Amino acid sequence: MLDLIWLIPALPLAGFILILLFGRLLGEPKSGILAASMVGASFAVTVAVFFELLSKTTEERHHVVTAFSWVPIGSLNVDLAFLADPLSITMALFVTGIGSLIHLYAIGYMHGDPKFSKFFLYLNLFVFSMLMLVMGENLLVTFLGWEGVGTCSYFLISFWHTRESAATAGKKAFVTNRVGDWGVMMAMFLAFGATGTLSYAGINHAAESGALSAVTATGIAMMLFIGACGKSAQLPLYIWLPDAMEGPTPVSALIHAATMVTAGVFVMTRINPVLAISYDWVPTIIAVVGVATALFAATIAVAQTDIKKVLAYSTVSQLGFMFLAIGSGAYVAAIFHMVTHAFFKALLFLGSGSVIHGMHHEQDMRKMGALRVLMPVTAFTFIIGWLAIAGVPPFAGFWSKDEILLFAFAKSPILYVVGLITALLTAYYMTRQVIMVFFGEARWNDHSEENGAHGDFKPHESPKVMLAPLVVLAGLSIVGGAMQLPFSKNTHFLEKWLEPVIEFGEADIHKSWAYENKYILLGIAIVVALSGIAASYMVYSKKKFAAIEPNVMAQGWFYDKGISNFMGGPGRKAFDGITWADRTIIDGAVNGVGKLVQGAGGFLRKGQTGAVRSYAAAVGLGVVALLVWFFVRGVVL
Amino acid sequence: MSALIAAATPTTTWYLVLAAVLFGIGTVGVLVRRNPLVMFMCIELMLNAVNLSFVALAKRLGDIGGQTTVFFVMVVAAAEVVVGLGIIVSIMRKRPGANVDDISALKG
Amino acid sequence: MELVVFVFAAAMILVGGLGVVLRSHPVHAALSLILTLFGVAVIFVSQEAHFLAAVQVIVYAGAIVVLFLFVIMLLGVDRTEDIKTEPFKVQRPLAIIVGLGVIGLVTAAVITSRDVVATRGAGIAEPAMTDPDSNIRQLSRSVFGDYVVAFEVTSVLLVVAVVGTVLLTRKVKPASKESQ
Repeated sequence: MLDLIWLIPALPLAGFILILLFGRLLGEPKSGILAASMVGASFAVTVAVFFELLSKTTEERHHVVTAFSWVPIGSLNVDLAFLADPLSITMALFVTGIGSLIHLYAIGYMHGDPKFSKFFLYLNLFVFSMLMLVMGENLLVTFLGWEGVGTCSYFLISFWHTRESAATAGKKAFVTNRVGDWGVMMAMFLAFGATGTLSYAGINHAAESGALSAVTATGIAMMLFIGACGKSAQLPLYIWLPDAMEGPTPVSALIHAATMVTAGVFVMTRINPVLAISYDWVPTIIAVVGVATALFAATIAVAQTDIKKVLAYSTVSQLGFMFLAIGSGAYVAAIFHMVTHAFFKALLFLGSGSVIHGMHHEQDMRKMGALRVLMPVTAFTFIIGWLAIAGVPPFAGFWSKDEILLFAFAKSPILYVVGLITALLTAYYMTRQVIMVFFGEARWNDHSEENGAHGDFKPHESPKVMLAPLVVLAGLSIVGGAMQLPFSKNTHFLEKWLEPVIEFGEADIHKSWAYENKYILLGIAIVVALSGIAASYMVYSKKKFAAIEPNVMAQGWFYDKGISNFMGGPGRKAFDGITWADRTIIDGAVNGVGKLVQGAGGFLRKGQTGAVRSYAAAVGLGVVALLVWFFVRGVVL
Repeated sequence: MSALIAAATPTTTWYLVLAAVLFGIGTVGVLVRRNPLVMFMCIELMLNAVNLSFVALAKRLGDIGGQTTVFFVMVVAAAEVVVGLGIIVSIMRKRPGANVDDISALKG
Repeated sequence: MELVVFVFAAAMILVGGLGVVLRSHPVHAALSLILTLFGVAVIFVSQEAHFLAAVQVIVYAGAIVVLFLFVIMLLGVDRTEDIKTEPFKVQRPLAIIVGLGVIGLVTAAVITSRDVVATRGAGIAEPAMTDPDSNIRQLSRSVFGDYVVAFEVTSVLLVVAVVGTVLLTRKVKPASKESQ
């Protein structure tokens, strides 16, 4: 079975090609079912591979299947190869698993959309690209997937491209990602230049054996981090993620919650040996950027009114946590949180999609309320997701977040405190969202005309095909924490599983104060989560205190606006200047050379008078010159 | 004064200098004059200057070869004049006001 | 004595040369040329080149200049060249540079090397009372002896020159349209 791991990306690719050729023929819902079954089949293969890997010993869990030699140029030999090891299979499991659930959901969500088949075309292409990214054996295959998911993200965000905000959002996502892609390319160049190979095995081996210098490792790590900032929406490149909510909700769930945005975290984990041997300030920067992003995004989420924007900023915030983990050397915790976050964030997004669907595409939370009666399943699963993200035990999010905070404390108590504040805010704004949407008074009655409803407008529950994924994800959010329970070494399943991949880079905190007192920290985390929920309850449900939602936070601290103004104002002037320079100086130089040659030619042309006498004069001058030469040589010298 | 005049005997150098001057005059003439026939005559001056120097050196070196050379130069000069004048006639025949500057068909 | 001859001949040569260059009327220039040629002939005589002097007068002054005069007459005698104007402004300064350069450099070369010129070869015979044609004998021995091939070639050259000139100056007749 291990030799068939190429099937894992190949099945969605086949789905893509089939829908490309026959999509219009198949129509709704067959193209959706085809796409979903392709991803489902890919999931089945992944599970089989997973079990086969489990049956092997720890050292043997590293299987490479080469499709063909891709770039054989001189000393650069890159194969299109797939790597089956614990990390890649873990990623593939939840990409294909959650991916198939979302495909199923989308069949219901996109019902009636004229571009139904195209949606699934892009979705399958996306899953293919993501699988190339995670299963790649070398940086180039990963980069292929990296660019692929960026492109699909563009397609899917601007899926309803007739809406100008959607088209703009797609462009913004693509361009911002591109800035990060530069970082990845630079890292590839550095890695190849230093080690002569692009494969992870080669690069990590060079890092572990000391063949890679600290300077180069720092360069590679920082460049990849820049790429990760772009793809995983960290400061300063997070600006595309909130705007990406213009895409259909399944897109937000799949791409911007569960899979694409985790690519940055994945890549950093892949090269953890390189990070381990780089200068000490590199992980510190990563951790600081991560936790700063987390806090920043959390503050913005508190003031958002769009149901999806809250979740978008929440995603940015949670990704910040993952980078905090990476910066603290907690790769297992990062992957753990990535998986649990995938579960509950996808759940939350799909749940919000269900709400939007039921509210006839209304997304403003101020116009919702008291929906738990009319949409019980949605409400129930959403609440489970809420508890998971808020960090309430025994739901999944609590265990993973606590693990990260543990390692953060071991690195620096300041990081821990900031992370804790962010966890508090997370609980606060998620409770706010749940209260505004599902509890309180029904505010949609006042706006029934705006929603274009005929007669009595009543939100309704979504069809079963949309509810089933919600239920599955809710179940996973409940039990997902069991992967890595901190109680004893025996319950560290994920750590044992991922050991061959991260053992070099994983921080050892067994001697630290944090580890000794981890149960105290556990308790603090629970208290913080519950107080966050309580505070939000006080403000939004009991209305005991006024809501603190200042405009500056709602506008995202004017960061995005600041960039637009800068780019539009001084930025545009700078670009105009560059264009002018290109036109005048560079083109001028090139044309100038031509003009110079022309001028010289024209000048020399004057010598061609056609008159015998001027030619005779020239001959005479030559004779005199010769005479001078001979005279000087013979007599003077 | 007359003693001085009687004492100075023209050496070969004098003749050679005279030939050089004549050659220079001829060159200037070729460059300055526009009438093709006069230009040709200036070329003849140059040839004569060369002949003069050959003869002077033949006397100095005691080599009859110098005079032989002059003999042949004269023959070739004669042939050259024939051909050259023939060409001038055929070009200038149709143009009154013979002027070398008018033949500027090679002007670039 | 030789000095007087030299000065006299030099005067003739230079006056004639300047005349060729400076006279605007081509006939005057031709006559100046004759003066120069005579001066050269006189110097030939003083340098024991009697035959050449004779050939100079007969061939050069007698045939070549006459040929010049023929062509001048053919192409229009009245036309004097306009010496005053010069369409190429740079021509005259250039000509002066070239002229002075040539004269100066050659003179300098000649003067600096006057001691280096060595004596060699079969000497040039002085005309003796017994044999007044010794120069011509010597010259003919050289031409028909050492340089006989060149002599023959010059005869070919003369034929070629004549035939070529006839061809060059031929007026091409238009093809006759009469049917035969």
